[in-house]
Amino acid sequence: MTRKELITSLKKIIKPYSQNQEAFKNLSEGTDFINDLKINSANLVDIILDVEDEFGIEIDNESMEKMLSVKSAINIIETKLAES
Amino acid sequence: MNKHRVVITGMGVVAPNAVGLENFFKAIQKGRSGVTFHQKLKDLKFSCCIGGIPAIDKELKNQYLTPLQLRGFDSAGILYGCIAGMDAWQDAGFIIDKNSKTDYDSGMVFGSGTSGVEKFREAIYKLDNYKVRRLGSTVVLQTMASGISAYLGGILGLGNQVTTNSSACSTGTEAILMGFERVQSGKALRMLVGSCSDDGAYIWGGFDAMRVMTYNHNETPEKGSKPMSAEASGFVPGSGAGALVLESLESALERKASIYAEVLGGNINSGGQRSGGTLTAPNSQAVQKCIIDAIKDANTKSSEIDAINGHLTATIKDPLEIENWTKALQRKGKEFPIINSLKSMIGHCLAAAGSIESVATVLQLKHQFIFPNINCNEIHPDILKLISKEKIPTKMTPKKLNIIAKASFGFGDVNGCIIFKKY
Repeated sequence: MTRKELITSLKKIIKPYSQNQEAFKNLSEGTDFINDLKINSANLVDIILDVEDEFGIEIDNESMEKMLSVKSAINIIETKLAES
Repeated sequence: MNKHRVVITGMGVVAPNAVGLENFFKAIQKGRSGVTFHQKLKDLKFSCCIGGIPAIDKELKNQYLTPLQLRGFDSAGILYGCIAGMDAWQDAGFIIDKNSKTDYDSGMVFGSGTSGVEKFREAIYKLDNYKVRRLGSTVVLQTMASGISAYLGGILGLGNQVTTNSSACSTGTEAILMGFERVQSGKALRMLVGSCSDDGAYIWGGFDAMRVMTYNHNETPEKGSKPMSAEASGFVPGSGAGALVLESLESALERKASIYAEVLGGNINSGGQRSGGTLTAPNSQAVQKCIIDAIKDANTKSSEIDAINGHLTATIKDPLEIENWTKALQRKGKEFPIINSLKSMIGHCLAAAGSIESVATVLQLKHQFIFPNINCNEIHPDILKLISKEKIPTKMTPKKLNIIAKASFGFGDVNGCIIFKKY
């Protein structure tokens, strides 16, 4: 899966949680989940569960804490996909 | 202390026989039953397979909760409470805007018995399957007792006290009185008050096991709930939510709000599980004292009460409740007020009962009528020894009404009585 494809899949997952639609439309690797998309921090765990289901991976607690932006999320998903 | 007069300026309701205030008003005039047969209860081997569940489709749900709020959402009581609460707030003339400023003058007491039993069940299955990390963020919010006030408080932006009370089947009545006291004392300009209850097997199962629900009417569900009837054989379980906006009279007049009725006063007490009271049975002295003290608190007299909206669940305790009313009011036979029980139409909505029934009571005052007691063609002989037959109307009756007393009683030997007055 290319990085671009990963972003497309991720975008679908985070859409319902995004509170700032403008920032969501202009989503890029630099987009931050909380500061830009205004996602409620409690929902970050839901995003992680959705990511796990979508990609068939398991994200450990340490990686979870780092998944705060599109870029870090993509990096973690790529790493986990490579491991599996 | 300078006590403020407290009036009702908005109402909302989600009941088994109607959703929305207008529909509910029509339904209670017609005596429409909301009790239906539920195959799931039968499949689960319940003795009582009938119950009252409000009809809410996906479209209606989407009008009240956002797609994000509905993700992983499985808490019927919170849904009912949000619909009733949002309706009441808008009915009182307020706009719901998620960008509004925090309203420190407005608060909420919104009761529940338990919250999100379906969600809790799902969580327990996951947990026992070693999947605690798969619970996500939604379990706590939907299963905490105060889930309803957390959801509604955020939707409306309330900044005064926001809480959930719980006192079994007197929860709804207690919520109204707690909010009433807060407005009366000037600690809030207005309080959204009400209560909600989940529906279905997991909330009703324990009652089925206690054999307090009727199992004689699985073939004729709409005839199953028979408060005050000679054939009463247990209650029919119900669910839903009722909500009222209580406001100081000054505030209501200042913003030219339309006023449904006034809350004159009331009382909450407990029998302490003494003198005949137990975890499940009422101490009659305390019930009578609650009614007497409510009348005193309202600064009125027993003789001024035109009608009673009883607790009257259709168990063997109905005659005892009537006896307690006759003793508390010192009125019997032809001198007794008109009395009715909404449970004949919607069953016993448990924690939601007091608030849904209070909405019906206030509608009677506003529109000057008495809704019918359905399924009560043959009145219980012990009740007829206490009050005249015509005091239990079985048809919708237009009537001049000034004051109605509403009471609820709950497990734990707890009582609540509110005195409503026409405004």
